[in-house]
Amino acid sequence: MSVKQKTIDLRKRMQEALQGGGSKAIEKQKATGKLTARERIVTLLDPNSFFEYDLFVEHSGKDFDMDKKYLPGDGVLTGTGTINGHPVCIYAQDFTVAGGSLGYMHAKKITKIMDHAMKLKVPIIGINDSGGARIQEGVNSLAGYGEIFYRNTLASGVIPQISVILGPCAGGAVYSPALTDFVFVVDKISKMFITGPEVIKTVLGEEISMEELGGARVQAELTGNAHFFAESEEECFDQIKKLVSFIPWNNTKKAEAFPKKSPKTKSYKIDSVFPTNPQLPYDVRSIIKAISDDSDFLEIHERWAANIVVGFARLNGQSVGFVANQPLVLAGVLDVDSSDKAARFIRYCNAFNIPLVTLVDLPGYLPGIDQEHAGVIRHGAKILYAYSEATVPKITVILRKAYGGGYIAMCSNHLRADFVFAWPTAEIAVMGPEGAANIIFRSEILAAENPEEMRKKKIAEYKKKFANPYVAAAYGYVDAVIDPSETRHFLIHALDISKDKQEARPYKKHGIPPF
Amino acid sequence: MEEIEEKTNSEEKDYSIYQDINIDNILYSTIIPKKNQEKKPYKAIDPREIYVFIPGTILKIFVEKKDKVKKGEKLITFQAMKMDNVLLAPMDGVIENVFVKEGENVNKSQILIKIK
Repeated sequence: MSVKQKTIDLRKRMQEALQGGGSKAIEKQKATGKLTARERIVTLLDPNSFFEYDLFVEHSGKDFDMDKKYLPGDGVLTGTGTINGHPVCIYAQDFTVAGGSLGYMHAKKITKIMDHAMKLKVPIIGINDSGGARIQEGVNSLAGYGEIFYRNTLASGVIPQISVILGPCAGGAVYSPALTDFVFVVDKISKMFITGPEVIKTVLGEEISMEELGGARVQAELTGNAHFFAESEEECFDQIKKLVSFIPWNNTKKAEAFPKKSPKTKSYKIDSVFPTNPQLPYDVRSIIKAISDDSDFLEIHERWAANIVVGFARLNGQSVGFVANQPLVLAGVLDVDSSDKAARFIRYCNAFNIPLVTLVDLPGYLPGIDQEHAGVIRHGAKILYAYSEATVPKITVILRKAYGGGYIAMCSNHLRADFVFAWPTAEIAVMGPEGAANIIFRSEILAAENPEEMRKKKIAEYKKKFANPYVAAAYGYVDAVIDPSETRHFLIHALDISKDKQEARPYKKHGIPPF
Repeated sequence: MEEIEEKTNSEEKDYSIYQDINIDNILYSTIIPKKNQEKKPYKAIDPREIYVFIPGTILKIFVEKKDKVKKGEKLITFQAMKMDNVLLAPMDGVIENVFVKEGENVNKSQILIKIK
């Protein structure tokens, strides 16, 4: 055969493999509102940047007549490409081929591209759309999952790992996304669970639909398994592109610097949203937007544990991670879920050299039997651990309330914040004035002719003396009390000056965080 | 410099859409998510009441009403998750009531036996 003939033969082979599960299966995929695996990759990556690997890999199943079957690409596409011009490794399971089921060679393709990503030090993006283990391949398919999970763990904190759930992701398969940094879900398309509705019905007699059990909303609002929720696959890909613009390509780099932009001060004014009365709510995201470049804030876990807000923004072109109590929801208290959410984000920022900016306004921890019994001690401790452990620049701004344990937990001077700023509206105290006055002046209040009046008097006395930033500033726990309108200016100064921050920690194999 | 609006503060806003939450004797107005509103009141565990901890089928019942039992005595065997489970008396006492029959399918949190 001539080169030409050989090339024609190659084209023919490619054509066959590129068909995936064939037109009928593709039609079925499309009918459910889903793109095909190839369309997904092409939409997400920069135009014409996708290079596919292992197109000709074939499955290795021998039992149950599997050896007679041809599964194009063994149900998964892998390769490299670019997003915003930066290289990434990517794989996408192809539901049209044997339901995207994971057999030995399917897993091998995935682990090969993961190893590639680790060597090249670039992010790995996994698009999940699979019925689960390929039962015909038995223990080999379990081996495949295990190899993926092990690599997810080794890659954790080294390269960014992004999981996109665009179909079912059930049983053991869920643990790969769970081990990665960010999980994206799409309404009515994503489904994640360990045991499906059928098993639950036979074993427990409880009936529930897939959507109610582990649909996108459940994962984004109830469980916190998903970090980003989108209405469509296209919106989801836009979210991914935006996210990767804020994070560095690996843990030895810093996030890309962007041209600096001013906040949109016409739409976001600190003064007009911020009530000085500590009992009144406001949306802390407006404060973040009022001080960030272009008022652009990418929120993570937007729908889960909304009493704390975490996400990325830029200050003077530099990426920062914001952690902020949200007085709008549950008065911004720390509880089991919000502690979990914040601690994970803090550790992400620390692993990937993203400075942390903490905005404090919380009355403390959420009281309740359910919280205590759900382990708020253990979960709450995660925040203390994550902040203390972090060595990236840590900048704290106390906006209003900073009471009790909550004050300590929210990146206080004592957990080694590099800069603690306070607004003149800050109230840094061991607890809220009402509670404190009731304890300190208990006997005086009880002995008074009119206890209620005395209580009010004592509360007012306490408020005047202690509900301010100056007591903490007098001890040097607050570095500067600042004019709120100058917050951005001070933050940028703090970031600039701590660019080369180095902080040593005692040698250890690893710590033992309370998880 | 942009003009700072005079109408700056909270007093003019409508806060009536918010609910109150009490933390350390201070009421904060805020949004309370559905999850936090649907809290079930706490009920103390009564060791004299024995409940199903996993759905299954009752295989055998070893006691009747008014039987005296000693702590650790076999009360019921039942099958769940393909396993035979044995329920033992948590204390000495008298059986006040047996709420199930042999062969019956039981659901989670259903009461089985009460001891006096």
